[in-house]
Amino acid sequence: MRGKKYVALFILVALVLGAFAGCSGGDTEAETVKIGLIAPTTGQVAVYGQAVQNAVEMAVEERNAAGGILGKQIELISYDNKGDATETVNAFNRLVDNDGIDAFIGAVISSTSLTIAPLAVEAGIPMITPTGTNLEITPIGDNIFRACFIDPYQGKVIGQFAFNELKAQKAAVMFNTADDYSVGLKDAFVAAFEAAGGEIVAVEGYTGGTDKDFKALLTNVKAEAPDVLFLPDYYNTVGLIADQAKEVGVDATLVGADGWDGVLGVSPESVEGGYFANHYAKDDPDEFVQSFISEYTEKYGEAPNALAALGYDGAEIMFAAIESAGSTDKAAIIEAMGNTSIDGVTGHIVFDADGNPEKSISIITIEDGKDVLYGKFGAK
Amino acid sequence: MQFIQQLINGIHVGSIYALIALGYTMVYGIVKLINFAHGDIMMLGAYVGFFAIGLWGLPFPLALLVSMVFCAFLGVVIERIAYKPLRNAPRISALITAIGMSLLLENIALVLFGPDPRKMPPVISKEAINLGGVQISYLTIVTLVLAVGFMILLELFIKKTRTGKAMRAVSQDKAASTLMGIDVNRIISVTFAIGSALGALGGVLYAVAYPQIEPYMGMMPGLKAFVAAVLGGIGSIPGAMIGGFIMGIVESLTKGYISSQWSDAVVFGILILVLLVKPSGLLGKNTREKV
Repeated sequence: MRGKKYVALFILVALVLGAFAGCSGGDTEAETVKIGLIAPTTGQVAVYGQAVQNAVEMAVEERNAAGGILGKQIELISYDNKGDATETVNAFNRLVDNDGIDAFIGAVISSTSLTIAPLAVEAGIPMITPTGTNLEITPIGDNIFRACFIDPYQGKVIGQFAFNELKAQKAAVMFNTADDYSVGLKDAFVAAFEAAGGEIVAVEGYTGGTDKDFKALLTNVKAEAPDVLFLPDYYNTVGLIADQAKEVGVDATLVGADGWDGVLGVSPESVEGGYFANHYAKDDPDEFVQSFISEYTEKYGEAPNALAALGYDGAEIMFAAIESAGSTDKAAIIEAMGNTSIDGVTGHIVFDADGNPEKSISIITIEDGKDVLYGKFGAK
Repeated sequence: MQFIQQLINGIHVGSIYALIALGYTMVYGIVKLINFAHGDIMMLGAYVGFFAIGLWGLPFPLALLVSMVFCAFLGVVIERIAYKPLRNAPRISALITAIGMSLLLENIALVLFGPDPRKMPPVISKEAINLGGVQISYLTIVTLVLAVGFMILLELFIKKTRTGKAMRAVSQDKAASTLMGIDVNRIISVTFAIGSALGALGGVLYAVAYPQIEPYMGMMPGLKAFVAAVLGGIGSIPGAMIGGFIMGIVESLTKGYISSQWSDAVVFGILILVLLVKPSGLLGKNTREKV
């Protein structure tokens, strides 16, 4: 009896293996170009994920309507990761093992992009994160690119801006110790502000996500009477801190980074008069920018945020690279991406040796509950 | 001056912990059960408060009432469905059911409301009054007045009313109370109703202070309120209040003077220390009657 069981088990295993072999063996010419996308369309940073998802879908539809790439239609396969590392890994494995993607766009936020990058290197898949600004992402492999500028660059520009343009002498920083994005920006800002000649009077760390009470830290900040308070975090937390800053009576000018995009939907009153760096400004007079905005607005009923602009650019970079590679051969796509030179919504994009784009930063100020372009800056 | 400010910050969040801690301590006092779903009742209370204010446009006091009534009802239902059948089972079974109930409520909220945080409208002004350099916001004052007010009401209810007396009797000896003609089931329901209503109050006040309502928002405050109840001596009502305020103040002072990353470690460290030195909690021994 026992022997029979083993035989049955053996047959079963053989059948299963055979089935898999059949899958990989039947590797005929694919009819579509498969592009994978992972974005947090629900959860804490859903505003970002939805924007990127919408923009990439729009880019794919446009491209397909114009005939696709290499004469084939683009098939977009996208999964939601809720901004969570475990879900991200599962989704990526599904894209590679089951869906057999040719190229990958995502993940949206820095931490989950960092999670995926080593997996993408292992699989040899060309990857572009539209919006992951953390320094460490692209050096992980030659196949990793991004459409946005990096945190050290952004933090440096903001630090210089606070000293030179806002004439701030004393600055305070509150940052999320549990988030790579926040820590990276803090370091760059502190270095740039001090190098410019300013004084950092307070650096307070908190644990984002679980910690919602910032009044104790803000009380310390208030005691130092800084001219500016730098808040390198995402819009939900920035909203909470800004609200409580008002409650405690902090009157410093609030300054932030691209994570602020979306804060107007959370706490418009509390961030009034603040400044933040961003990838593009909606009131930029540039023609290409305006046509993107009107098309997106018509399709989704709301103006695109910076994440949408980057998502669109990320997709366009990928399409252009596949087109110029002339095939869906992964190594060829990767090489073509390194030589990218296209005009995107967020500026003219060329990559440096690490796969980071070189472009200018828009500084936006919040006036009467609206984002207003203050000026475009580059690091000196 | 900065110290006083930090103290006020601590009292604000501490009064919310105290309100939630009352629910843990009352239920424990009566049925010797740690109701781990209490933090999630608080979360649902915050959601109901949010819908009442944000969607139905009710004024704040009425929204508070709706939320409290809803959670009182919910608390009773949970007790009937999940805890009553296990009343004579080993205590570990009841504890596991409570944890299960907590996860169930979180996931129901996740399905019903989604994972995106909602923002509580600013119903109480966060403008601050300046008293000689110390900032006290209207929100802090309203929170404190409501919390202390309801705690006094609860104290009076337990000391003066017939039901309150019956609750004290049941907490001392369930069997003897039954013999004396007390409807124990009714008293347990009343206990759950009051505890859950206070949890809802805490939840709405928490959501107004930190305006992000999401399915997991009850976890941390719930845990801290539980610790507050143990710290004060679980089963003791004044103990829960004192424990709540201590937790809030220690947390704020740690954040202010040591480091934000240490605040939770210090808070839970104090709990361990108290339990080592005085296992019954701060007020555990003094009160013979536990409600």
